[in-house]
Amino acid sequence: MIGILTLLLVGGFLTPLFYRRWGDRTASRLALLPALSFLLLVGMGGSMSGQGGIHLISLTWIPELNFTLSFALDGLSLLFALLITGIGAFVVWYSGAYFDGDPTGCRFVMVLMLFMASMLGVVFADHVIVLFIFWELTSFTSFLLIGHNHREEAARKAALQALLVTGAGGLFLLAGLLILARAGGSYELSSLITNTSLPAHPLFNEAIALILVGAFTKSAQVPFHFWLPNAMQAPSPASAYLHSSTMVKAGVYLLARLHPLGVESWLWSDVVAPIGALTLFTGAVMAYGQVYLKRLLAYTTVSALGGMTMLIGFGSPAAAKAAVVFLLAHALYKASLFLVAGIIDHETGEKHIDRLGGLRTLMPWTALGAGLAAVSMMGLPPTLGFLGKELLYAADRGLVYLSISVLAGMFFVYVAYRTGVRPFVGLHRVTQKPGHEAPPAMWAGPMTLGGLSILLAVFASVTGKWIVAPAAQAVLGEPTAIKLVLWHGWNRELMLSLLTLGLGVAAILLVRPVSRLFSPVSRAAVIGPDAWYRAGLKGIQQGSVGLTRILQSGYLRAYIDSIVLFILLTAGWHFLGKVPFPGFAELHAVDINDLILVSLLFVAIAGALLSRSRMAAIASLGVIGYGIALIFVLYGAPDLAMTQMVIETLTVILLVLAFYHLPKFALRSSRPARIRDFALATAVALFTGAMTYAASFGEIAPPISWFYSENSWLNAYGKNVVNVILVDFRAMDTLGEITVLTVAALGAMALLKLRIGGQKGGGS
Amino acid sequence: MELLMAIVVGLLYGGGLFLMQRRNLVKFIIGLAMLSHGANLLIFTAGGLTRGAPPLIGEGETLPPALHADPLPQALILTAIVISFAVLAFALVLFLRAYQTTGTDDLDDLRSTDT
Repeated sequence: MIGILTLLLVGGFLTPLFYRRWGDRTASRLALLPALSFLLLVGMGGSMSGQGGIHLISLTWIPELNFTLSFALDGLSLLFALLITGIGAFVVWYSGAYFDGDPTGCRFVMVLMLFMASMLGVVFADHVIVLFIFWELTSFTSFLLIGHNHREEAARKAALQALLVTGAGGLFLLAGLLILARAGGSYELSSLITNTSLPAHPLFNEAIALILVGAFTKSAQVPFHFWLPNAMQAPSPASAYLHSSTMVKAGVYLLARLHPLGVESWLWSDVVAPIGALTLFTGAVMAYGQVYLKRLLAYTTVSALGGMTMLIGFGSPAAAKAAVVFLLAHALYKASLFLVAGIIDHETGEKHIDRLGGLRTLMPWTALGAGLAAVSMMGLPPTLGFLGKELLYAADRGLVYLSISVLAGMFFVYVAYRTGVRPFVGLHRVTQKPGHEAPPAMWAGPMTLGGLSILLAVFASVTGKWIVAPAAQAVLGEPTAIKLVLWHGWNRELMLSLLTLGLGVAAILLVRPVSRLFSPVSRAAVIGPDAWYRAGLKGIQQGSVGLTRILQSGYLRAYIDSIVLFILLTAGWHFLGKVPFPGFAELHAVDINDLILVSLLFVAIAGALLSRSRMAAIASLGVIGYGIALIFVLYGAPDLAMTQMVIETLTVILLVLAFYHLPKFALRSSRPARIRDFALATAVALFTGAMTYAASFGEIAPPISWFYSENSWLNAYGKNVVNVILVDFRAMDTLGEITVLTVAALGAMALLKLRIGGQKGGGS
Repeated sequence: MELLMAIVVGLLYGGGLFLMQRRNLVKFIIGLAMLSHGANLLIFTAGGLTRGAPPLIGEGETLPPALHADPLPQALILTAIVISFAVLAFALVLFLRAYQTTGTDDLDDLRSTDT
């Protein structure tokens, strides 16, 4: 498994190199990689002998975090892996012809290959974090593929929408998986789903709910369905591959994977099945009346995904079997139809269904492939589509679900006719491009996949034994006898099938009345969630603009004010409430020297504040500095005093020199502004003063200074403790300080030397 | 003495802040310098005042006298003095340059990156 993953990942990353060498022929050669993987997987499936065996591989990655790259292969993941590599091979091959002569083809094929590897990673992963990583990678590659034509705004918007919806869902998924892993005490899915004590955990339902959000966004369930039809901006091969047969089924896969655990939660039957049914219905109704090939197909994909979700929500063995068959059938026919839609678009330049007709004579092979897929989608015997529908009806849970299924089936017949039959029959219509048969690389996919829909159904017992039974058993988490038979005799399901067909034919013939009947539903579904999404996105943008405008006013003092206010409100509040304020006891009596010094400082501060003259202000500042130096002298800090003296002298000289170049003071602030600033400054003065006073009493934690005093001579051989701290104990800090000085000096130098006036043009 | 020191610290902080809120570049610089002084003095006072006993080890001794000023805040302040000088000098040159380029020393006129 790891070999296959590596093969595809490396192949993906090396695609540009191959393109440089082989040009447009690269894709057809690269398609051999997934084809080879497919064969390898078939071999692995054979060796598991169809008995629900599990291949487990673990590679230690970060042992400290108990993090292993563990992968598992069972019937379910094998089915998905076969679809991913099998359809993938055709899609890559197809892309080569689709992008023939287009230089962006290289990028497309590269992302496609990387997507393939990510998707395989999702279905192989056994470790929940590994699963999540690959899950997000599929969202990410999907974003790149939808936005492939990045010059078109619609494509960019659709790509962003898909990324936001599925990415947000991914975060929910991560949260849910982590809760599950915590509760279950293991990060391995294989041990989590067999953990019988997990459902009793108090957070079990919450975890399942979070995971459901992730699965629903990925698989486009109502109300997250809107991103999928918009994703049709992607080139057709991507739509065929990601948005019908593989990526969107990741959500279904996850539900199926967690099925044995999930059925223990009430959410399963009460949320998953109804949401699935609702999606099945909504998608089908919305497909009706669409006139663009791909959008039409996209809505039925939404609908089909809903059907699978609903079946998994039922939680019975019959439903699991139906889900697996339906999934297989849908992947085959939907990929074919999308590829056909791509061919029609590519060869005729038309996307609008009503402008197409009679293409049968122009492109016979494509028409055949489309016909095969359409027959399967309609659910005519003997196809997988027929089987899937029969099983869907057989697994029913009451009249509501059943009638929704029949209704959806009716629309499926209609859509299959419109997309797989209608463009090819009837009178030939003139299209933008003359239209001719596509190269074999393009019709081989629809042909093969459409053919398989019939072959696999004809040999139902083989399909049942090797594909459906292992997958269904993996979904159920226990060995169950599952057989697949094409013909069940004249029973209720067959009658329902016939009814569906009849309704479908009626829908084809009576387009107008039927669409009028369902138009309120589709209108509500169109304006609903998509509008919420857009409103939400707009709201976030406008909110951030407004917030930025408030926070980034551009006034320096506004920033200072906000910092100061924040400190006052948080630290100040804490200080007022918690710290006991000492009385006015004096630790050190005031002698005459102190008094003179402090008075001097008061006068100097007043001078600096009130002076109208620049020189007087600088002189006052100098007095403050020297006064503080004297305090250092009196209270046992000779080093500080010396440094302060030197620095203060330098500062004064520098200020005098610089102010020579600056204009005189001007009174600029208004009176209210001065009063406001004065109030704030007073509050700060009171706060810092009180803090200083309180801090000079008592100790919150024992001091660590004794260490420096005791070891200064004994270990560092220095007699001046302060100096020893600076150059020995904390030498690295001093180095940092010197660095700051150097950087500041270099910066100042650069600013002084800079000649802005000499530059022309350039930035603003 | 602690009370007086606390008042001085409060005045330095309040005065420095008030000056920094003025629209004048020069006043801003002076306010910044006052704020630095206030911070230094705050650390010094909070570390405990010890009169006339510097943390020095006498000739022939291995330990400083039993009662001596706390060396740790002094080391911190020493670093702070030098750093605040660097900041001040850099801010000064920056403002000087801004004034030469934009022709104004009014901070309210320096709101956007376009000159």
